[in-house]
Amino acid sequence: MKSVIKKLLPLVFLFSSPATMAAGSGGEHLDSAYINLADKASLRRGAHTFVNYCLSCHEASFMRYDRMARDLDIDLTDLRENMMFASGRPGDLMKVNMSAEDAKSWLGVTPPDLSLTARSRGPDWIYTYMRGFYRDSGTATGWNNTLFPNVAMPHILYEWQGLRSANFEVSSNGAKSLAGFDQMSPGSMNAEEYDGAMRDLTNFMVYLAEPAKLVRYKIGVWVMVFMLIFIGLAYALKKEYWRDVH
Amino acid sequence: MSLINWIDDRFPLTKVWNEHLAQYYAPKNFNFWYYFGGLAVVVLVLQIVTGIILTMHYKPDADLAFASVEYIMRDVPAGWFVRYLHGVGASMFFLVVYLHMFRGLMYGSYRNPRELIWILGMVIYVALMAEAFFGYLLPWGNMSYWGAQVIISLFGAIPVIGEPLAEWIRGDFVVSDATLNRFFAFHVILLPLLLALLVYLHIVALHKVGSNNPDGIDIKKNKDKDGIPVDGIPFHPYYTVKDTFGIAVFMTIFLGIVFFVPELGGWFLEKDNFAPADILQTPPDIVPLWYLTPYYSILRAVTFEWLPGGAKVWGVIAMGAAIVMFFFLPWLDRAKVRSIRYRGWMYKTALTIFAVTFVMLGYLGTKNPGHIDLFLFENVIWAQIGMLLYFAFFLLMPIYTTLDRTKPEPDRVG
Repeated sequence: MKSVIKKLLPLVFLFSSPATMAAGSGGEHLDSAYINLADKASLRRGAHTFVNYCLSCHEASFMRYDRMARDLDIDLTDLRENMMFASGRPGDLMKVNMSAEDAKSWLGVTPPDLSLTARSRGPDWIYTYMRGFYRDSGTATGWNNTLFPNVAMPHILYEWQGLRSANFEVSSNGAKSLAGFDQMSPGSMNAEEYDGAMRDLTNFMVYLAEPAKLVRYKIGVWVMVFMLIFIGLAYALKKEYWRDVH
Repeated sequence: MSLINWIDDRFPLTKVWNEHLAQYYAPKNFNFWYYFGGLAVVVLVLQIVTGIILTMHYKPDADLAFASVEYIMRDVPAGWFVRYLHGVGASMFFLVVYLHMFRGLMYGSYRNPRELIWILGMVIYVALMAEAFFGYLLPWGNMSYWGAQVIISLFGAIPVIGEPLAEWIRGDFVVSDATLNRFFAFHVILLPLLLALLVYLHIVALHKVGSNNPDGIDIKKNKDKDGIPVDGIPFHPYYTVKDTFGIAVFMTIFLGIVFFVPELGGWFLEKDNFAPADILQTPPDIVPLWYLTPYYSILRAVTFEWLPGGAKVWGVIAMGAAIVMFFFLPWLDRAKVRSIRYRGWMYKTALTIFAVTFVMLGYLGTKNPGHIDLFLFENVIWAQIGMLLYFAFFLLMPIYTTLDRTKPEPDRVG
């Protein structure tokens, strides 16, 4: 057994090296979102934020309302009354009632579909992005973002976070980095509450990107238990058959 | 059994069963490394079964493909499980095949009289790379798209016929719906048929000459009075039960990845592939999946623009040559013994360096050539050193295997 482990070590090395190969865009600092998919209340809060704010312009066109309601224990009356604005039936996909051409002419760009953003960008990216907006008189919307400079999207949740300006410091080699934010006027939430709301939103978007994740781990544990018993039986069978081989 | 008799009169059922299982005598000293051939067959069957299920729900259409994969992930019952099995299965297939090939290198399984088994195996390996490449386009993610764009453009480096050839492969000026449709046809019909046929031939050739073993000696030299090799045991039931145990361990690891880390940190499923194909948005780093990166590294290591025709075409040639080298192995190896157990320090050193080099090239293939991810030098310099060592392993083999001081082989397996 020991020699087997020794022989497999190079493979462990191969798979444990940090896989930065497919990182979205290089080098920027991301804050950790510390999400918890087991926290259904957090997922429901995130879902409310998502359908009330994000879904006005962005689609989540691979996700169905009723699937979300079932997975997150949201009852159908709550779903119909508080979460479905764009379309009629619970079985519908989360589409936006705005054509891609209209969106482009009104907003400058077609807002990207958010179904899989948590998988293509990563949860920490979403969490950092949603907390990176600041006032900037130099842009068309009057908003800018520290993670995504000159993004076309304005700060939709500014009523929650309030208005902020950003301070940058320029190092000797000319690189610009964020030094901090100044609160210009307060929002309805303090910084801690806003971070919590964004953590809930990020949590929901991780679920949104892969609904199967809620059951995948649970089934996986039982599969592992079954397989370990199977290994034991298979080993006993092999040993019994091989008793007469010398 | 009268039914068996009825069949045996019309089809050699009992004969085939005996020749290939119940009375196929395999050496009794197979070790850990001898699990991987059987495991490769298991993964092949799994890929075919999951592939058939995926084909029932997938739409090979540039407008629908990406959404149909998400439909499988969300709306098809257990669709996510089948899709992860297939995606992780592709990587596991290569992992198993690489270990199977390394076994051949260690114990000289490619040597006389098994040259044809080795060559058929190498054809399987090349077909598998093609199968994986065609399959990778089908989810129509952005990395699928740009990966195909880059690899097909390599054909464009061939002088004179290059560009028309690349266009003919794509069926368009860029990767498009036409490309997706033909890749789907190759992935689900042409290559699976070819792979099934090749695997059949690989096993027929193996059973003609018999299996090698970790000692690299011929068990057929010592037979008892009934003509049965004294160091051989019937494949069934001995190796069928042993392989069942191996399959159980392998499937536990496989399913552990499927249920807990199906992306394996970007090694098995890349982040950029969760964004749909976009002709206007090139991913920052276009890299193939890990199993093709050693060759991708060699392709990018050729940066010598002073070569006639430019560096790119020579990179393509070097990449092709790197694969072709394996085919000549049976004739490059001049040692008196097969197994590494009885070889001298030269072959042992060469094989170790080769294995490390192969892993290093694979790692570098996932990195930006201009960065420093190892130490001292930029990745491209390490890739060039790796390329040199890679080819040296093959081209110098006739010399170091002749000079190497081998130990005498035993008469019987240990």
